[in-house]
Amino acid sequence: MSVESHEGVHRHPAPTGFIRKYIFSVDHKVIGIQYIMLALAAVAVGMTMSLLMRLNLSWPGTHWPILETLFPTGAPGGVMTPEFYLSLVTMHGTIMVFFVLTTAPQGGFGNYFLPIQIGAEDMAFPVLNMLSFWVTFVGFIVILLAIFVEGNQSIGEWFAGLGPSFAGGSGTVGPIGGWTGYAPLSALGKVAGPGQGAGMNLWVISIAIFCIGSLLGALNFITTLLNMRTKGMSLMRMPLTCWAWFTTAVLALLSFPVLLGGGILLLLDRIAGTSFFIPSGLYVSGLLSGSNPNFPLHTGGSPILWQHLFWFFGHPEVYIAILPGMGATSHILATFARKPVFGYRAMVFAIFAIGLLGFFVWGHHMFISGMSPYSAIAFSVLTLSIGVPSAVKTFNWLGTLWGARIRFTTAMLFALGFVSLFVAGGITGLILGQSSLDLAMHDTYIVTAHFHLVMGVASIFGMFAALYFWFPKMFGRFMNETIGKIHFWLTFVGVYTIFVPMHIMGIVGMPRRYSSFAEYRFLDSLHPLVVLVSVAAVITIFAQILFYFNVFWSIFKGKKASDNPWEATTLEWTTATPPPHDNFAGVLPTVYHGPYEFAVPGAPNDYVMQTDVGADVPSGNGHNGHKH
Amino acid sequence: MATMVTSTKKVTDKGIGSSGKFPGPNGKKPGGNGWHGGDHSKPKFSPASYRITMWVVLAAVVMMFAALSGVYIFSSGEQRRPVAMPRMFFVSTLLILVSSGTYKRAKRSLERDRLRAHKRWLLVTLALGLAFVASQLIGWRELANAGVYFAGHPRSSFFYFATALHGMHLLGGIGLVLYILLRSLRPVWPLQVEKNLTWTGIVGLYWHTMDGIWLWLFGLLLIFR
Amino acid sequence: MGRVLAVIIWIITLLSVLLFVSGKWWFPAAISEHAPALDRQFLITIIVVGIAFTAAQVGLGWMVWKYRDTGSAADRAVYSHGSNRLEVVWTVITAVIFITLGLMGQSVWASLRLHDAPPGSYTVEVVAQQFQWNFHYAGKDGKFGRTDPKFIDDGSLNFVGLDSTDGSASDDAVTSTLAIPVNRPVELRLRSKDVIHNFWVPQLRFKQDLVPGMEIKVHFTANRVGKYELACAELCGQLHFKMRSFMLVLPEEEIQSLQAMPQEQFQARVQELLNQYQLPTYQ
Repeated sequence: MSVESHEGVHRHPAPTGFIRKYIFSVDHKVIGIQYIMLALAAVAVGMTMSLLMRLNLSWPGTHWPILETLFPTGAPGGVMTPEFYLSLVTMHGTIMVFFVLTTAPQGGFGNYFLPIQIGAEDMAFPVLNMLSFWVTFVGFIVILLAIFVEGNQSIGEWFAGLGPSFAGGSGTVGPIGGWTGYAPLSALGKVAGPGQGAGMNLWVISIAIFCIGSLLGALNFITTLLNMRTKGMSLMRMPLTCWAWFTTAVLALLSFPVLLGGGILLLLDRIAGTSFFIPSGLYVSGLLSGSNPNFPLHTGGSPILWQHLFWFFGHPEVYIAILPGMGATSHILATFARKPVFGYRAMVFAIFAIGLLGFFVWGHHMFISGMSPYSAIAFSVLTLSIGVPSAVKTFNWLGTLWGARIRFTTAMLFALGFVSLFVAGGITGLILGQSSLDLAMHDTYIVTAHFHLVMGVASIFGMFAALYFWFPKMFGRFMNETIGKIHFWLTFVGVYTIFVPMHIMGIVGMPRRYSSFAEYRFLDSLHPLVVLVSVAAVITIFAQILFYFNVFWSIFKGKKASDNPWEATTLEWTTATPPPHDNFAGVLPTVYHGPYEFAVPGAPNDYVMQTDVGADVPSGNGHNGHKH
Repeated sequence: MATMVTSTKKVTDKGIGSSGKFPGPNGKKPGGNGWHGGDHSKPKFSPASYRITMWVVLAAVVMMFAALSGVYIFSSGEQRRPVAMPRMFFVSTLLILVSSGTYKRAKRSLERDRLRAHKRWLLVTLALGLAFVASQLIGWRELANAGVYFAGHPRSSFFYFATALHGMHLLGGIGLVLYILLRSLRPVWPLQVEKNLTWTGIVGLYWHTMDGIWLWLFGLLLIFR
Repeated sequence: MGRVLAVIIWIITLLSVLLFVSGKWWFPAAISEHAPALDRQFLITIIVVGIAFTAAQVGLGWMVWKYRDTGSAADRAVYSHGSNRLEVVWTVITAVIFITLGLMGQSVWASLRLHDAPPGSYTVEVVAQQFQWNFHYAGKDGKFGRTDPKFIDDGSLNFVGLDSTDGSASDDAVTSTLAIPVNRPVELRLRSKDVIHNFWVPQLRFKQDLVPGMEIKVHFTANRVGKYELACAELCGQLHFKMRSFMLVLPEEEIQSLQAMPQEQFQARVQELLNQYQLPTYQ
């Protein structure tokens, strides 16, 4: 039977040939690894950019020879221009949020493990799944192209100049607008300054392509989870990772189309002369709207509309970034605590609540945007409510640890780190969610501290935990635990050192997206903190080299792993390591218990796998609150 | 290729802790979860997967048009004279409504095993779909003649953009109708019938949704002139 | 390992809390009427945040210390799937605390944003552009001269587009410094010529976006005389970091005398005042 005739549930032989097996593979496991590899590449680019940003902020005016060599226009004499800095800010944010946080947790680990954890042979539509990766990959290539296209060239000029010249003269490494690309700055084009040219077009196009890739992925997750669970795998027996991936897919499904729509409108404003986000009567760079071919007539648009569209997507997006990490943390905590997850049902409800409420709070990014102050009040109260399910999850994680027998593997350390960092980052949401306080805090470093701790750190810790945990199953070998633990300690202490001082900087009043703080006296006292943050950042970023080495070395030379080295309970550990092409060697499993039956009294081992027959354990169908 | 274990369910007395071994036969009934049994010698087909996926796709499409509608409603009506609805768009509405009806006929014919009627109604639907697209182009010409251009006030741009986006999605729908027409040309055997019915069902969902989106846009443009 | 993790978590917690309470870095001294209420709400919030943060981290550390696997094989973890009662209890408590905080946090917002500026406010039109601030004063007649984008010409210093044919424009003054009276409500009418900017003076505890295509009215009352830095707080282009100006809070008599001055005199006097007043001292 040919590979093409997948019909929802499929039987097809394992592919042969390098291209079919590793490049254009329809096997969800290969696709999952491809997403993870993409994220690893993207995060390296993103981290390098943040390193350069920190160098500029802490030691301004320093001549960095490497900058001078690579970017003679953007950093003449080795000193960054402001537009170069801002392009780093923009690309760092865009690449990290989209190509790291929205790929690896869902498309990477979700793709690999959702089908196995529910007992399916593959996703419902493997070809669409493959497409979702390659479309995302194309999006990544397009955003990388934006690095090479000088910020305010037209695409025609760029081609005429024959190709990228890293050393020849990039004035920026991409567009300037922040990852949020507020209009009209992002909509006006070259007339609004450097970094508003072709690079911005590529930025929008890349994001639009990413939206499509993400949507293709989401539909597979939803269909597979709803329709392809194996016998006995009821919804309430699914691991929490599956609940998280499912909810994330629904969030993606409903939020990415809005970004896609908004992005197309922005592109039309830029290249087709429309005015969706550009009002009339503008005077930009000495030109009145409509008075000059460089600045055509615009009328009737509303800049705030872009913000509404962007943040209607943008807020669910941050939950897309964190939910899989929460699922993995629950899963890994239970496994190495040797205890069931505390409050499984509450955890499921919390995931739903976070997902649902996530759609109603986007206005908290826009309190002082000029939107109605009454809606600001509504958004503010709703925002504080969304802290409740997050807090509930934290309590349940602590409850999972209570009375446990904790095994401190590297995966467990990162999962514990997730809990610590999620609390640290999430709790400042209580400050930023209040509209009154936002009057002082908007666009300061306290915002930067908040979202980096939750997205840029907690979420990443979730991914680290997932990789250390599932690596043996995926590659048949362990990652090195010693190197892993060093990686953990350096990173854990490092990220706290980087981001806690940023709260203080925000309180004093350090604004976001400033390429230099030298202009303002009220910021002078912060310089020691700025340097501390940068030193910690340099150390933490370089510590990740250990991680990269560990990953790639262990794939080939790591200690061999058995089928269930962690003595875990869920379906992925019942099958071979690594799993065969159809996951279960032709015999789909039957599930008898819930996913976290550890420490069952009377059982021979301290874990009962979901497929184990005859154990005297609760059936796990949503039974909670046992008196034990 | 999957091998199905056909022995009856056997509880091994290896007890728990024997990871990696699962007793008993297993498999899935199409469309359900966790149901054993049935003939496993043929490959399985799950109509439910197709239906769920189509609903999911439509949810995404509807969300995008919803967002664009929001843009339209909340963009200011100032600085712009009201735009008359092009007459041809009324024709468009008629065309697409009828095409939904003809599609339903096509589906019902297939359900009643009347293959020739099925193909004929599909062809009519196709033609109506193409006529719809043509009517859109003519409608745009009317707008341009009335001095309403794409690069202008956002509400004018929206007229073109939303209908163009809808038209693009409709072209996708036309492609799908063509696909099931081609499927119906192949020789028929039992599983094929089930697949064809499923495909016809989900393409119908898509088509009727496109119809609905058009009615929504038409109403929006009419009311918020 | 568990003990080491617990200790490190506790040390991090301690250092973080110390950083906040050290007093070495904090908000600059406030100069507006609504600031005490805002600062109080911030303090209450940060205390709740601090308690929650500390409790969670201490709890986490305690868990990993106490419940680390000490290796006795017969010893199993506690088999518990949770407790419904506990879920209800902590959900309700958290919800009450969070929602209360949320509702408390609306009062300052409501007082500033839900009401128009009181009558008798001192009004200034603010027009932001890449990369400078333009403050437009009504002059002796108290009426703002008509402005229109088509009159704007940066080259001839008509930054806000004053219509020279309009009678009330002749006594208007436009400078890049904001000069407002102390202890009197001030209304700002915020506009932008090109992209989104944001008006921000940290001591005022107030910021607001300036959006092209909109005129946004805000009001506040400053209650301490002095010179304060004004910054742009919404990315507006490559010189966003340099869009700096000053806000002068002046005694009422000074404002009255300024109001009577035409453009050149106004500007000269403002320059004198900028030299006269000093920025607050920061640590």
